[in-house]
Amino acid sequence: MSDGKYLSGEFFMSGDEACAEGAINAGCRFFAGYPITPATEIAERMSERMPEVGGTYMQMEDELASMAAILGASWGGVKAMTATSGPGFSLMMENIGLGVMLETPCVVVDIQRAGPSTGLPTLTGQGDMMQARWGSHGCYSIIALAPNSPQELYDLTITAFNLSEQYRLPVLIMSEAATGHMYEKIVIRPVSEIEITARRKPVVPPDEYLPFEPGDDLVPSMASAGSGYRLHVTGLTHDERGYPTMTAEAQSKLVRRLIDKVERNKESIIRLEEDGIDDAEVVVCSYGISARVSLIAIEQARQEGIKVGLLRLITVWPFPEDRVREIAGHIGAFVVPEINCGQISLEVERCAGGKAKTVLVPHMGGRVHDPESILEVIRQVAR
Amino acid sequence: MARRHEIRLCGRGGQGVILAGHIMARAAAIFEHKNATLIQDYGPEARGGACRTDIVISDDRVLYPYLSNPSVLMAMSQQAFNQYCPVNRDDTVVIVEESILRPGMARGKKLLAVPARKIAEELGRGAVANMVMLGFLTAVTGIVSVKAMKDSILASVPKNTEELNTQAFDRGYAYGLEKISTTPAKGKAT
Repeated sequence: MSDGKYLSGEFFMSGDEACAEGAINAGCRFFAGYPITPATEIAERMSERMPEVGGTYMQMEDELASMAAILGASWGGVKAMTATSGPGFSLMMENIGLGVMLETPCVVVDIQRAGPSTGLPTLTGQGDMMQARWGSHGCYSIIALAPNSPQELYDLTITAFNLSEQYRLPVLIMSEAATGHMYEKIVIRPVSEIEITARRKPVVPPDEYLPFEPGDDLVPSMASAGSGYRLHVTGLTHDERGYPTMTAEAQSKLVRRLIDKVERNKESIIRLEEDGIDDAEVVVCSYGISARVSLIAIEQARQEGIKVGLLRLITVWPFPEDRVREIAGHIGAFVVPEINCGQISLEVERCAGGKAKTVLVPHMGGRVHDPESILEVIRQVAR
Repeated sequence: MARRHEIRLCGRGGQGVILAGHIMARAAAIFEHKNATLIQDYGPEARGGACRTDIVISDDRVLYPYLSNPSVLMAMSQQAFNQYCPVNRDDTVVIVEESILRPGMARGKKLLAVPARKIAEELGRGAVANMVMLGFLTAVTGIVSVKAMKDSILASVPKNTEELNTQAFDRGYAYGLEKISTTPAKGKAT
């Protein structure tokens, strides 16, 4: 440990632990959660570390309360996070929607396990990907990131905090047991070298402040409760003062902006890893642990002379529609391995729009794909 | 082709198998700057039952952190052996605690037994049998260097137990070297 309370250097750490350290280095000082395999180690580490860095750890009665607590903490001026897995993620859905409506920066980590329901508590899955996008009621846009290693769980947790502050919304980290419970070397740079997006505080005096008046990028500045600025926050449709306004016009104005602030900034939000796409006949589009395992199949397929590329979604939501459309124009097929029975593959298929085939490589969960099963599909579509 | 070692350590909850795994994987990843992953899957029934950890050490990035072709299986309890050492290739090195050695265990060509508990008790603490096993494994496989293993032990075990743990490791290591020299057919694993 160096820099007193911050880690820096090389560590052999699990993805869950790395996620907690990423949060700390991003400035998170409030964690509320309810233990659940395989995300418990995040809460465990935060319970040790929060007091050390002057933060607060609260073990809540359930996941509804956990989500509510981090929204409250964020309005209190503190960066906040919770972590859970499928069953808890389901319970968080209503308050994630509240976070979107109140434009509340926070980070929600889902270390996915195999569902539905209690499913396989200790074993991996990727079945919550569409829930991340559509799980709360109503229309909205969300940001979700998918790390493929403990190192990326560390790095992307920092990114998630930065995006949540920049665009004022809950940002989701959609990882899985296979990555959260995997130990690997992670490198942590000194905290002074880490780029942090600060909360965007009001620049006008309190009597001129409108809590939901957007700036040019459609994002309003955010005063903390108790800082002298008048606040009114409600899940009801509201005007720029934050007061409930029950009209179709106010609804259109607000909800359109909540969506546009993400969709219009897609270019700067979306991160992809690409390899060998330019002359590819087949592109494997995947994310998280499935993308990592796919690399084995890709390498093998290339040795067999198949021109296959990789499109790894580091940002899953907003979906990289434009890039997928573009690629679809010059390849024969997408192959989409994911540990569910077809979620992100539906998006790929939609954007491919019939220009390229989309072939799902499903897995019901409990394990990652056997690379051979991905290779077999690559061979079939390349024929 | 890059070298890839797959190692499974298993035993009864409380025997320090998981700690041993962490020491080995950390030695490879941090002290030898190799690529290494460790997973330690457990089920809801794990408390007091069999537990295991799987380590992959490779020259290249580990894309698949699971066992497909184990090079080393190490078991400290009968139940864990039965549960977690079902299949092994011909050249898999199988290392067991001597007390669980049974006829018919040699499913591969290389079965090695270590009186780890006895040695640990001679040192005054049965609890360090895991370090004896680790020392032995290091000697007979050579996958990770002694220096890296010792650095990792010092960085991983509780304060004031460093000397005891290192002693236990050394005893296991010496026993391993002796075993190699007296049984040439069971030499170093690849």
